[in-house]
Amino acid sequence: MKTAVVTGLGVMAPNGMDTETFWSNILDGKSGINRIQRFDAPRYPVKLAGELATFDPAEHVPSRLLVETSAMSHLALVAADKAIKDAEVDPSQLPEYELGVITANATGGVEVGQRELEKLWTQGPEHVSAYMSIAWFYAATTGQLSIRHKFRGHCGVVVSEQAGGLDAIGHGRRVLRQDHRLVLVGGTESAMSPAGVVAQIPTNNLSTSDDPAAAFLPFDVRAGGYVPGEGGAILVIEDADSARERGAPRVYGEIAGYAATFDPRPGGDRPPTLEQAARLALADAGVEPGDVDVVFADAYGVPELDRAEAAAITAIFGPNGVPVTAPKTMTGRIYAGAGALDTVTALLSIRDGVIPPTVNVGTLAPGCDIDLVRERPRTAPVRTALVLGRGHGGFNSAVVVRATS
Amino acid sequence: MREMTLDDLTRVIRATVGVDDSVDLSADIRDTQFTDLGYDSLAVLEVVSRLEKEFPASVPEEKISDLRTPRELIDFVNAQLHAAA
Repeated sequence: MKTAVVTGLGVMAPNGMDTETFWSNILDGKSGINRIQRFDAPRYPVKLAGELATFDPAEHVPSRLLVETSAMSHLALVAADKAIKDAEVDPSQLPEYELGVITANATGGVEVGQRELEKLWTQGPEHVSAYMSIAWFYAATTGQLSIRHKFRGHCGVVVSEQAGGLDAIGHGRRVLRQDHRLVLVGGTESAMSPAGVVAQIPTNNLSTSDDPAAAFLPFDVRAGGYVPGEGGAILVIEDADSARERGAPRVYGEIAGYAATFDPRPGGDRPPTLEQAARLALADAGVEPGDVDVVFADAYGVPELDRAEAAAITAIFGPNGVPVTAPKTMTGRIYAGAGALDTVTALLSIRDGVIPPTVNVGTLAPGCDIDLVRERPRTAPVRTALVLGRGHGGFNSAVVVRATS
Repeated sequence: MREMTLDDLTRVIRATVGVDDSVDLSADIRDTQFTDLGYDSLAVLEVVSRLEKEFPASVPEEKISDLRTPRELIDFVNAQLHAAA
């Protein structure tokens, strides 16, 4: 069976719009969470977000493409350019039907949808852009990446909320094993419009705090919801043999394991299934819990969901049995972007032998018996990392990344 | 009544659907196919929809794919303007 290795990273995060800036800010504990700039937020109960405040898509995306796409796709187009450049690969030199694209998306091009629906409501249907038809939908990003880079192999999109970024990586690995050489995988998200944020309010899972240092505190006794974020990451994954053949300059690690499960109906007598997803991913990778050096938690920031995740981790590794981290306290919850960004962070953790911190979290809540890396990064040899993701509605996914020998 | 000119068309194109780096819209593009300029039928639909707000003409959606060059589009719109005058 082919081995899927990661040879290129493209990051667009609220606290860093390239891999190394993001990584050094993560290690320094520098957060990208701040007051919402993109719209008139004081009128809404949600005041804070992890926005890419200084990103101007017009500086990076050709004007033809800019009008056809929404913010989520702008982020992906830029992240993919960075990932391909990082991999030092010229896709036009590879067989185009052996190149694939799998991205995840959860919120769609909601800011475009809102803008055009406002035109429909106030000015009439003839004022709605024809590009509304292609800009907003989940698969838009995959389609645009495929067209732009002439990736004519297997292309698809997965929609499983915050589990999506991991599902895209898992599905991308499966595609790679089916006669593909290289697949772009990951996810980007931008729901930074009133409609995008308001749609999440009914879950009561959003933080209404206006203190950036105390708004998103997963596993903390003070946890009171999550802060929305935007951004994400695109990764280049390749078959290890063809990466070696073409002389790929960097191999960040191997996508060693993946699994996904779906929770039973809430209120029933069967428990949620995050633990099974993690166990299945470890089994898929052929590693024992004792081999895992760090767990990147989903870290919802909602007390009940935090306890459930801590219980799943403890069931597998024992109380305080493995270092756990959630650097997304510096980006906010980025939905389909989160799993991709966490996987990038896990690979950098492997590269540099350091576990990034979970900033702002203080005293752990009762029932959260995990060794959460707080305040400062922890130096440790990292060869194997488990990345967890949960999507609203019952999705659970887990990816195992491993150092290549 | 003012006729629609090539300048009107290129101005609206720039404002609505943008221009590929490899394309010179200021050249005489009257007889260059839209597809060669990088515009698919959706892009032409978007341009036409903006033109209709400026000129009292109406281009049916099913007609758009027949209008393959700027000249054909300009002539179609201007014929409508004359007919209405």
